Amino acid sequence: MTKLKIDLKNVSKRFGSKTVLNGLSLSIPSGESTVVIGGSGTGKSVMLKCILGIITPDAGEILVDGVDVVKLRGGDRDAYLAKFGMLFQGGALFDSLPVWENVAFGLIQGRNMARGKARDIAIEKLAKVGLGADVAKLYPAELSGGMQKRVGLARAIAADPEIIFFDEPTTGLDPIMADVINDLIIATVKDLGATALSITHDMASARKIADHIAMIYKGRIIWNGPVGRIDDSGNDYVDQFIHGRAEGPITMDLLKP
Amino acid sequence: MWNPFAIIGRVVLATLEEIGQLSLFTWNGVSHVVRPPYFFRLLGQQMMRIGYFSLPVVAMTAFFTGGVLALQIYYGGSQYNSESIVATIVALGITRELGPVLAGLMVAGRVGASIAAELGTMRVTEQIDALTTLSTNPYKYLVAPRLVAAVITVPILVLIADIIGVMGGYMVATKNLDFNGGVYLANTIDFLKTDDVTSGLIKSAVFGFIIALMGCFHGFNSKGGAQGVGRATTNAVVTASILILAADYVMTSLIFKS
Repeated sequence: MTKLKIDLKNVSKRFGSKTVLNGLSLSIPSGESTVVIGGSGTGKSVMLKCILGIITPDAGEILVDGVDVVKLRGGDRDAYLAKFGMLFQGGALFDSLPVWENVAFGLIQGRNMARGKARDIAIEKLAKVGLGADVAKLYPAELSGGMQKRVGLARAIAADPEIIFFDEPTTGLDPIMADVINDLIIATVKDLGATALSITHDMASARKIADHIAMIYKGRIIWNGPVGRIDDSGNDYVDQFIHGRAEGPITMDLLKP
Repeated sequence: MWNPFAIIGRVVLATLEEIGQLSLFTWNGVSHVVRPPYFFRLLGQQMMRIGYFSLPVVAMTAFFTGGVLALQIYYGGSQYNSESIVATIVALGITRELGPVLAGLMVAGRVGASIAAELGTMRVTEQIDALTTLSTNPYKYLVAPRLVAAVITVPILVLIADIIGVMGGYMVATKNLDFNGGVYLANTIDFLKTDDVTSGLIKSAVFGFIIALMGCFHGFNSKGGAQGVGRATTNAVVTASILILAADYVMTSLIFKS
């Protein structure tokens, strides 16, 4: 039995009258890659933001390295967040800063590293995601979508985090660039020995980067298992999702024409 | 849905929620102003953007306001001893009221809108969440420097506006109304007290705080893409303008009562 890095227990969150997380429980083993799949609006992003403390859950426990992190404040919370790196869906690069300062941001602002040293590390991390030093001086708006994703990845790994979150890492990319990003994710996670948690609805990506897959539906985890078992999960919801069928137990709230 | 009590209830709840959010936001922002670490580089940047780049707008506003004030007082007031009246009223009007309020409103339009649009875009593109994941508190990094920069630079802008406004009145009085320049300036200096200027500067520091706070608050809480950012920008300018006028009334009644 491997050690648990993150353990979510009965986490619930409502926004007004809308229940987004409904007693979600999920255990994420240390040093492995867990992918959470699920449709749009099922609570995937809210789950990540709860773990990061950007959103406070209404109920439940979130244990990271055995410590309940929901009520962390001030210095404890800063130290806790230093464990994380995150690749955002749209990149979320700071458009007022050049690429190298984006990558070095957590080192300069978060850890008070000297700018020159942080710049060297940034260029080294950019090289890891296949970007040359000439890109470092450009601004995010001058980059293509795939390059922005790679800069986002370099920023996520810049401070050598213990845990990396990937929010829809391949959404909006062409299939080849998506696979390049998948390879980079696998390589960087292995390289750092980090625990990875990704959310996606891209099954090709999920199959490639996951050790474990969990499926979220209506704010709960309805299936959880190793990636090899995904095709014989015995769960109708999972089957419908991975084959992308409109007919099945999951119904979209659409008006039929 | 259309039950009048339900409507009143919804409005009251929404208002209370907004006041609560704003109070919490103000507390968070102000507490990060006083707690280290301080970002002096960012403060310098914001002072340039909020203060220095607002100079042309504020200067033009003050110049024409001083000029038009001189004309109106001359036409409307007694034309027999207008020479002393025009100079005094222009000086008092500009330093006490029109300088701070008009500069405040112009800066609210220019700076409040740009703060709300910038932070709003950062919110909807998840850049503010990204700050958090990079161990940087967004209140410290984004809100505190803007609050401090506005509180420092708006009074400086208003001081410059005071001088340019009086000069606007002087230009119109001497060029159009054939007043004697020396007498005009002597009248201005004789009647103007230090309190007239300082009361205006105190007001403008408060206006600066209101402008930056409204820009940050609405930007921070914007949601829903381009339309949400647009709404945040409008709300920032409108609420800042109304609060400036309301705060002006309250402060005037407090300052000049004592």
